Amino acid sequence: MSATSPTAATTTETAERTRALLTAADPGRRRADRAMTVLIYGAFALAVVPLVSLLWTVVLRGAERFDADFLLTSMRGVFGGMDMGGAYHAAVGTLMITLTATVISVPIGLLVAIYLVEYGRGALARATTFFVDVMTGIPSIVAGLFAFALFSIFLGPGAKLGIIAAVALSVLMIPVVVRSCEEMLKLVPNELREASYALGVPKWLTIVRVVLRTSVAGITTGVLLAVARVIGETAPILITAGVSDSINFNPFDGRMMTLPVYIFSQYRQGPVPCQEGALDCLVDINFDRAWAAALLLIVIVMLLNLIGRLVTRWFSPKLR
Amino acid sequence: MAQRIDVKDLNIYYGDFLAVEGVSMTIDPRSVTAFIGPSGCGKSTFLRTLNRMHEVIPGARVDGSVELEGVDLYGDDVDPVAVRRTVGMVFQRPNPFPTMSIRDNVLAGVKLNNKRISKSDADDLVESSLRGANLWNEVKDRLEKPGSGLSGGQQQRLCIARAIAVKPQVVLMDEPCSALDPISTLAIEDLIQELKKDYTIVIVTHNMQQAARVSDRTAFFNIAGTGKPGRLIEMNDTATIFSSPAEKATEDYVSGRFG
Repeated sequence: MSATSPTAATTTETAERTRALLTAADPGRRRADRAMTVLIYGAFALAVVPLVSLLWTVVLRGAERFDADFLLTSMRGVFGGMDMGGAYHAAVGTLMITLTATVISVPIGLLVAIYLVEYGRGALARATTFFVDVMTGIPSIVAGLFAFALFSIFLGPGAKLGIIAAVALSVLMIPVVVRSCEEMLKLVPNELREASYALGVPKWLTIVRVVLRTSVAGITTGVLLAVARVIGETAPILITAGVSDSINFNPFDGRMMTLPVYIFSQYRQGPVPCQEGALDCLVDINFDRAWAAALLLIVIVMLLNLIGRLVTRWFSPKLR
Repeated sequence: MAQRIDVKDLNIYYGDFLAVEGVSMTIDPRSVTAFIGPSGCGKSTFLRTLNRMHEVIPGARVDGSVELEGVDLYGDDVDPVAVRRTVGMVFQRPNPFPTMSIRDNVLAGVKLNNKRISKSDADDLVESSLRGANLWNEVKDRLEKPGSGLSGGQQQRLCIARAIAVKPQVVLMDEPCSALDPISTLAIEDLIQELKKDYTIVIVTHNMQQAARVSDRTAFFNIAGTGKPGRLIEMNDTATIFSSPAEKATEDYVSGRFG
């Protein structure tokens, strides 16, 4: 009995000392920790406030005219303060021009990325990387002027077609596609390429069936980011596809309206000078249409992102 | 249908750097040949020249000859892709294709080459390859599940099944057990004993006990110092290498005095 009690006392004493050692945190570090937490949350809130405010304003003001009628009519024969007209033609134009631009840029961008990651060595690869970087910095209006000037050579001055706008957007899209696809292809582990070679699979089939298949989710995300980058472009489209009030599905024939240009031209028209007592004249109709079109543009971009997420989910490697 | 490999005066370069110098050896069919030696001595590099996998690294080249049943693998009219179909390879870390099911992983050599194969032939090939890799009983009920959901040892056996599904003559294994636990290692070693009835097996290993357990012949590689080329020091029956090697360096290495 007497032999055990000093041992027990020592044990409690040791435990106390260990506890003191383990629980005493440096007060300076604790303060720094708290300050940094506040700083980071504050920075996050600061970054989110404009975004939330923007979304709130667009939804609130856009919702006023955002109905089936707005989505399904064009501006043909609509003038003054008439309580009608919509953005159907602009939505069609935006989708057609963006789709055409994507069809042009994705094959080119993806092939360049494959060249850079899988084949490119030496001066040509370095030059390609350099010019892709330079292209990333091209202002959109310059891309618009380039496409406009290029087609003027063939079609004469003043030609305005959807395809010209698509080419202008491609100039902006290609470097973004190259960059993001390059990063995604680099992420594919070399082991998978080697595994494929060791099975007697030629290099090109390895690229198509293993490298691209493994990175398809990331490539989709990259392409969608590039689409989101150009879908809101206004200036190059204003120069190359012009302004139109009618529905046009054909990018090779005639002017085309797009949502950003629609927003711009509606807003520019300003308040309608209604006559005193005119019943079907809305003073703010142009602003309302602009906000509704802005909402539509955001909805389209969000839908694209949603599709991208689904594609990512379907194609990404699964564990069970 | 295992085939023999004759290597004559092989030098391997990375650019201007001579990585492995003057290797000559004969690898017998239906046997297991082990390469041992300290890290960086060129045994993996040499292994990769046996199916031209080292060419994946830019600037890598060889001189000398590697002959499979008398045909030089580096001859002008030889297709490296066909070489790799004949001489299969299993890597250090299990690398099943993450986007494919277990079944598709086994069929990868066929499917990635865009070859058509009937459903019943494919089923037979999957079963025979997985049975050959001692994995069939563990995965037969989950063939459509992703291959990356298996344990490390199962994944490595899946990679072996994938390698033998293209019906190679020779199977090269680059430290196939170094990422595995002892139980999985035992499973792979048993499998190697099965496989040597049909294939020529070449295995690189850091584990001398493993070399002693599984191989018929052992080659010891060494390197004189950093920046110097690796060399084949000695090659003989495994029992001889581990009991009475001719070279002092071999004896020092296998007895654990260095390395």
